[in-house]
Amino acid sequence: MSLVNLNSENFTKEVLEEQKPVLIDFWAEWCGPCRMMAPVVDEIAENMQDSVKVCKVNIDENQELAEKYEVMSIPTFIVIKNGKEVGRTIGVQPKEQLLKIL
Amino acid sequence: MYDVIIVGSGPAGITASIYAKRRNLSVLVISKNDSALKKTEKIENYYGFPNGITGKDLYENGIKQAQNLKIEIIEDEVVSIEYLNNFKVETVNSNYEAKSVILSTGTNRAVPKINGIKEFEGKGISYCAVCDAYFFKGKDVAVLGSGNYAIHELEQLKPIAKSVTVLTNGDKIIENRSIEANVIEKPIRSFRGDSKIEEIEFADNTKKQISGVFIAQGTATSNDLARKIGARIENNSIIVNENMETTVPNLFACGDCTGGLLQISKAIHEGAIAGLSILKK
Repeated sequence: MSLVNLNSENFTKEVLEEQKPVLIDFWAEWCGPCRMMAPVVDEIAENMQDSVKVCKVNIDENQELAEKYEVMSIPTFIVIKNGKEVGRTIGVQPKEQLLKIL
Repeated sequence: MYDVIIVGSGPAGITASIYAKRRNLSVLVISKNDSALKKTEKIENYYGFPNGITGKDLYENGIKQAQNLKIEIIEDEVVSIEYLNNFKVETVNSNYEAKSVILSTGTNRAVPKINGIKEFEGKGISYCAVCDAYFFKGKDVAVLGSGNYAIHELEQLKPIAKSVTVLTNGDKIIENRSIEANVIEKPIRSFRGDSKIEEIEFADNTKKQISGVFIAQGTATSNDLARKIGARIENNSIIVNENMETTVPNLFACGDCTGGLLQISKAIHEGAIAGLSILKK
């Protein structure tokens, strides 16, 4: 399973320079809804690794990335293609709905 | 540690408590004692009452029946539920722990009708202080509400935000609670901003700069509590499976909060399933 934990050092390489669409999960340890979405995100990373790259941002450790993308509620899921944000959704949802932003 | 805590003492919650108790589980019912059923004048479509029955009588009979079965019922208001390995249920007066929780507080009231609420969801409007307070570190925020639930959210925000204002939107702050915060009782016309919320416009045309507004009107409903734990909600109803279990393990919901028919018979049916399903796995 390819699941990349992002920080300001690897963000450019892992996200902005990535050819595939990148799904980013902004989360935190203390966020109950984030914990509920974790298995869904893991499943996408496991089953769709050919078509999408799945990354996670722990907002406690990477506040600057949350600020950069104006994340104000977690879990927030953002899709980035060719360096640009192309989709965003917030909160607990089934996998099918999350995949719609890809 | 209880086997199950049931939030709400209407037909769904009390039925769930009876079925759970008969399985020898330890049961606690927490309720504000203000079921919608109590306000129903006469019920003529419920089985077994040839002359109908008032909502108040049916409600009180249910409570008596549970008490006769030695089910513990306390009058208190749940303001928060946290879930790690077990459930931690926080009320105005105390804290309780349980292996499972059944939500049965009845239906959610609609989102307050203030322009901008829907538009700024996730862009400054939040329904969960514990989840989102972090993003408002050092900023000016507000809580919309006037009861114990609003006060709970206020306390969550205070240590983090620069300032917290309570917006009652025309209501009075609940009696017997003193609030150490700026309170604005004026009705609100709209929340405004560009890509995120920036200001509140009141009905008297005055304005206030704000970075975030936390919605906490009235009592925390099943939906409010479920959302914070991370259960799925669609069209204002909590999503449950055939066992009345939400998308969070060991968190159940029954009665009006799951949508569909808002009828006693449906609440009883769902309460029975929930009471029989908890801790079965």
